[in-house]
Order: sequence, then structure tokens, then C-alpha cells
Amino acid sequence: MSDHRAQHADAWGEPTAGYATEGSGPAEPVGPAATASVTPADAADAARLVAFGLQPKLLPARDAEYAELLRRYREEPAFARLADAVATGLGLVVLEVSTRAGMAVTAGEDSVFAVRMGDYARRASSDSADRFLHGLAHLAVAAMAFPRPEDLADDAYIGRITVNGVDSFVRQACHRLEERAEEHGDNTDPATDAPGLEAAWRIYARRSSTGATKDARRLAGSTTGIVGKAVAFLTDSGFLQRTGDDAGGAFRTTARYQLQVRDMAGSAAMAELLELGVVPVTDGTATLLPPPGADDLELAADAGLPFHA
Amino acid sequence: MTSPAYTDNAAPQLSAGPRPAPGPAADEGLSRRLRALACTAPLHDLDVRKANLAGEYTVYAMAEVALAAIDLVTLNMDFDTGADHDQIVTRLLPRVAAQAPGRPVAEHERVARWVLENLINVGSVDRGFRAVYGTFGPDGVYVRRDYDFKLIEEVPGYGGTVYLRATDEAVNVLVGALDTDVTSAQIAAEVKLEVLISRGRLADAQLAAEQARYRTVQYAETLRKTLEATRRNVRAVDWLNAVPDMIAEALDHVADRYRHENAILTNIRKARDEAEEPEHKRRAAELVDIVKDCIRRHTQLQSRLLEAGPLFRAEQDRQAFATPTARAGLDLYGQLVAPLLPLPVEQAIRVTDAFFARGTGLRTPTSVRVGDLVDMLLTPPLEREHLGAEMPEPDLIATPDDSRFSEEQLASAMELLDLEHDAPRRLSGLLAEARLRDPELPYLVALLAVHAASPPVGTAYRQGEQRLLFSVDDGMQLDDAEFGGADLIVGTALLDAAGMAADRTEAS
Repeated sequence: MSDHRAQHADAWGEPTAGYATEGSGPAEPVGPAATASVTPADAADAARLVAFGLQPKLLPARDAEYAELLRRYREEPAFARLADAVATGLGLVVLEVSTRAGMAVTAGEDSVFAVRMGDYARRASSDSADRFLHGLAHLAVAAMAFPRPEDLADDAYIGRITVNGVDSFVRQACHRLEERAEEHGDNTDPATDAPGLEAAWRIYARRSSTGATKDARRLAGSTTGIVGKAVAFLTDSGFLQRTGDDAGGAFRTTARYQLQVRDMAGSAAMAELLELGVVPVTDGTATLLPPPGADDLELAADAGLPFHA
Repeated sequence: MTSPAYTDNAAPQLSAGPRPAPGPAADEGLSRRLRALACTAPLHDLDVRKANLAGEYTVYAMAEVALAAIDLVTLNMDFDTGADHDQIVTRLLPRVAAQAPGRPVAEHERVARWVLENLINVGSVDRGFRAVYGTFGPDGVYVRRDYDFKLIEEVPGYGGTVYLRATDEAVNVLVGALDTDVTSAQIAAEVKLEVLISRGRLADAQLAAEQARYRTVQYAETLRKTLEATRRNVRAVDWLNAVPDMIAEALDHVADRYRHENAILTNIRKARDEAEEPEHKRRAAELVDIVKDCIRRHTQLQSRLLEAGPLFRAEQDRQAFATPTARAGLDLYGQLVAPLLPLPVEQAIRVTDAFFARGTGLRTPTSVRVGDLVDMLLTPPLEREHLGAEMPEPDLIATPDDSRFSEEQLASAMELLDLEHDAPRRLSGLLAEARLRDPELPYLVALLAVHAASPPVGTAYRQGEQRLLFSVDDGMQLDDAEFGGADLIVGTALLDAAGMAADRTEAS
């Protein structure tokens, strides 16, 4: 994961620096430098390509101009650098530029394009349980869409999820933890005066999965309501496409979502988890199960884990 | 909800012993019982809070209604869905009505809905209950803990509908001390039933049969959850040993139960047919229904089990035999979700926040130019035509009324045919009476009577009619100046509207 990102950083990190020395702006006539000269029209085109990238639901196959600009990006390195620079200047991160995903850009941290939790769900800013559930819903959607590591790595893979499926998937995981705690004889009921120490799975397990409302809509505070909100939002981001109405709504993933999860979100969450001192140990070809021999740390470390080194 | 009072009472008793505090092992049994006790609290609470309702509701025994509701939900929990909210309310009504026969039906329904909504606990965001109890930790420190539980939960059904399910806690409260192996408890219940029947003690036998049915439902629920988990991902379960073992075990169980219950069924049928006393006969008949229901549930379970195998193989083909990619990816579940869930929420939230911040994509911020804003604010609102475009006056041509009979004649004929359900009449008499009123009326009455020879039973069933006009031919010839044919017997049948409504919902 991390080397993938590093590639991108290399790809445009260096040339951007080159630009700074080359000329202070595209409007200024550029001297006969090593690269081909950049005209204001080129800059406009590059910006136009980034603008296309900001419309995530737009498919290159459906728009001739978009497809033409993509072709230019791939064939003219100078234009590619220019487009990358425009994106970087706007606070965007370029994930991939291809005919299947288009100009796949995403918001960098603190960018004006970034999504804030407070804007996403009003209750989430005041209630930490809701905040957690909304975040977990997004993580669970991704985990359900790409259940195996190969699925996330395989560019041709298309994940399929349903809202109720995601809910029962997390619920099952929680249930398993509950069973395990019972086997150990642990008392998982949280102390009354320290709600922050309650195990995360309990927050999900005790929230009701659905509820009747007066107007036959999904109850917003229920877990299916929260997952439903997540998939609706991801659909608006061009990450999912609705394929049907069964089981609370069925969706399939787009190439952009795979890129986003693989190159951005997954590694960011992973880094956070490592910072907490939790080192998830799997054998690389991992399954949906948590590692069965979790105590057997030595053996797992020898297996050469991608995130252990 | 429950008051934390009893934990206060419990603490001094415990600490009054010679040792400072008993270890966690001694405390475990106590906390388990405290939790079991807490599960009953919402039921007691109903009877306490009924005084606060606007109106005189003290006559209703709310805890009884609540237990009946949990019973109904448990029994109506099917493999796929749960129980329908309205259906549960409808079935509760007879019991509520029996508690206060003089009160209006609307009030009965209000009570039934109030009880059901309180069992779901609609008012809270979790739709559940919380009780506080205290325990001694391993280090001897007294800790107050929250116990969250639900009695009836709402689950999504097909097409966005919401169904009700009784939770494990509710089933445990209901059946009592179910902290035992499901299979063995079921076997015990059935052996008990057989003994009871052979001794002719049907009253006890029915109780045992009902308990066996609760266990059956619980068993089906356990299996449903396991199957659902295994369906989601082939590798989420041990498909080499555990799942085939589980399915084989379940199939054995179904076969075993099926044989057993069929034997019981034969026995009770015999008991039913041989029973002399009507009370015994009725109880045996009820027992037959219960055991039939058990068999139906087992059959349903079995078909699910048989479907599971092919589904797994198809999924395995899709998932396991695809060409592997060279790159190793991130295992979202194994490396993120699974390690995250056991963490305390204040740590887990950091991970989910990080995922959220990077995983949601981008939003182009909307911004308004001041110039546009001024324009927008200064634009006078568009006058909207409330009534829409004017409709052209339709050019109507009065058609002559060519009906054979007038509305008054129809009303008169219907009045004539509005017979008491226990007093059918001959067509000849009806015709004679009709002739006295109006010379044209006999034709209409004869027509209606002939129609009633094939009464629209299906329509009446669907529409939930209370009564239905019918006529039958008993071979008597009609002796009349204007009409010939059979002298039909015309009568009114009373229909069991409530029973039909219940059947309809069951059939659908």
C-alpha cells in the first residue's frame, strides 16, 4: 500500500519542483527549457481535466472531451505534470489516471474538498457513539465490498454489497466477540462512570438494527439507517452504483472506490491502529476470520507480514 | 427503566462478610442473576407506569399482556422474517378485551400498542433497556456496570418492511432458565410429553408441547444466524470441518425430531379420536396443531440446510478458483475491523475517524456569489397558480337511465332479503311478500336469490364480510304464476370475520 502511494508522490513530487524553477506561471512566456513549452491553453486543459475529476460520477466513456484529455495525459508527460500540479495546488491527491477510473482525485487532508464528520451527520459531532458508528459503517462497507486482500488488490474485481448485509456482517462479528467474551467469562458491561472504555463492538451490538417510523423511512439512528446513509453518500461520491432494492439496497463498487480504499483510507486507518499499539497479525493471504493463533506471535512474524516491518 | 436501587441493597450484604470482598468467581453467579432479574423489570415497569397514562387503565394487567405479546412474537418468528407488528396487536386484542370487556375497542387497541411499543422501547435511540448493577472486580474494587438488553427487536424484512423478533433475553425470561443445551432440553421435553400422553395427562402434555415448540423456534434461530454468517464469505467459516459437521448435525437433528414428532402426532391423534371427554378432545386437538407446527418448522429448517451446500459450492467457485493476483492487499476485515471491535470505543473512534476522513471521497463545496445572492433575493417570487390551468368544460350528454330496477327497488329487495341468520326462508314466501310491495320487485328478488345460489365466498373472505346471503335447492318445486324452477331456501350465513382476517395474514 505505502509503496503505491510513494510511487505517486515520486511521479509528480519531483516535476512540481521543476515547474517552480521553470517559470513562475504559465501565463509568462516560457523559454526554451528542456520540456516542451506550456501555454495558457494547456493550463486551461489541465485544469479542465482536474475539473472532470471533481465530478466523480462522470465516466470518461460517456464524454468525448474527458476521454480526449485523458489520452493527452497519458501521452504527453508535460501535460500530465501540469495536470498533477493543478490538482496538488487545489489540495487534491491524484490516485490514478486511466480510462476506467478517469482522473481519480481525492481530497487531501484540510482541503476545501474534504468531507467533515460534522457536516456529514449532525448528531455525530456531539455524540461519540454516533460518531463511531458512522465511521464504522464506512469501514464495514469497504470490508464487505472487498472481503479478501486479493479482492482489494485485483483491479478487475467488482464488490457487491447490500445495506442489510453490511449490518448483519458487523453484527455477526460483534456476536462472535460477545461469545468469546462469554467463553472467557469476561464481564463486558462497561463501568457506568467511564462510557469511553466500553468495547467498541458493544456500541454496535446494542444499537437496534432497524425501527418502524411514521413515514416508512429507515430510522436514521438505527444501524441499517447509518449504513444506508454511508452507502448513499458513497454513491454520491461515485464510489458505488445502485443495482437493486433487495436487502435494503444493493450496490456494486467502482474502480474509484477500490483505489480510495486501497491507497488512502485503508492505510490511514491502519497507521492509526498501529499507533494505538495494535498490530494485527495475519499471514498475508488472510481470511475474513481474525487470526486463529493470535497468541502465536513469533510464527506469524516470520511469515513476513506486510504491515509488520 | 429499572432503578439501580437493588444494587445498593446488594452491596452492603456482600461487604458485610468477614472478607473485604468476595472474588469475581463468587460474584459471577450473582451478576448473572441480577441481569436475569433486570430482564423482567420492563414488564413490572409497565404495571407501574400504567397509572401515568391519560385515562383509567388500572384494570388492565399490563405484565400479562406483555408476556402474551412476547409469546406471540416468539411463535410467529419465522425462519426468514419475524412477526408482523399489526398482526401481533390484532392477536393481543382478545386478551386485552377480556380484561376489560366494557371498554371500547379503540382503547383495547391503544393498550395493546402501548405494551408492544414499550417492549420495543420506542422512546430510546437504542430501542432497548439498560439496567445498572454492581460487581466486585478481580482486584476487589466495586464497579457499577450497565447491562443493555432488548426484549423485542425490530429487524428489516423483505422490501423494506420491519418485523419483530423476540430476543434471546426475552425467550429466556419467557421460558425460564434456558441456560442449557438446546438439543438436550428439547429431547427432554419430548420424552416428558410422550410419558404424559401415555398416562392421559393432556393438560400437562400441552404445556410440555408448547415448551418444545419454543425450543424448536430457538433452535431454528440459532441455525439461521450460523447459516447467514457462513453464506457471506466462504472463508469466514471453517468449511472443511465445522460447517459440514454443523449441517450434518442439524440434518440429523431434523430427521430425528421429524420421526419423533410424527410418532407423537400419531399418538395424540389416537388420543384425540379416542378421547371421550370433550375437554380432553379439545386439548388433544390443540396439541395436534402444536406438533404439526413443530413439524412444519423442522421441514422449513431442513430445506434451508439442503440449499446451503450448493450455495457454498457456487460461492467457492467464484471466490476460491479465480486466478490469484500477484499483489498482496490489505485484509480489511482481518487487519482493521476485527482488531478494532474489541478496542475501547475512545481508541476505536480514532481509527474509524481516520478511515472516514480518507474514505469518503470529496465534496465540491457549494458557494454563492454575492451578486447572485442579491439577484435571488430581489427577484419577486413567481406567482404560482394554485389551481393549475383551467379545465375545458366537458360536453356531457345525458344518457337515458335504462336500468331495469330503481335504487328504491334494490333497497326494498335487500331489506326483504336481510334475513336473520337462524331463520332461512323459502323463495316462494319471499316472492309473495315482494309482490305485495311492488309488482316488479319479485323479478329482482328472484334474480338475487339465484345469484345467492353461488355466493361470492372468495370475495367475502378477502373483504372480511360479516355475513353472506346464500340459497340452496332442496328439490322442492317452485309453484308460482311468473317463475318456475326450484323453490330455493334463502338464508344468511354469519362469517367469522376475525378468524378470516387472521387466516389471511397467515396465508400471505
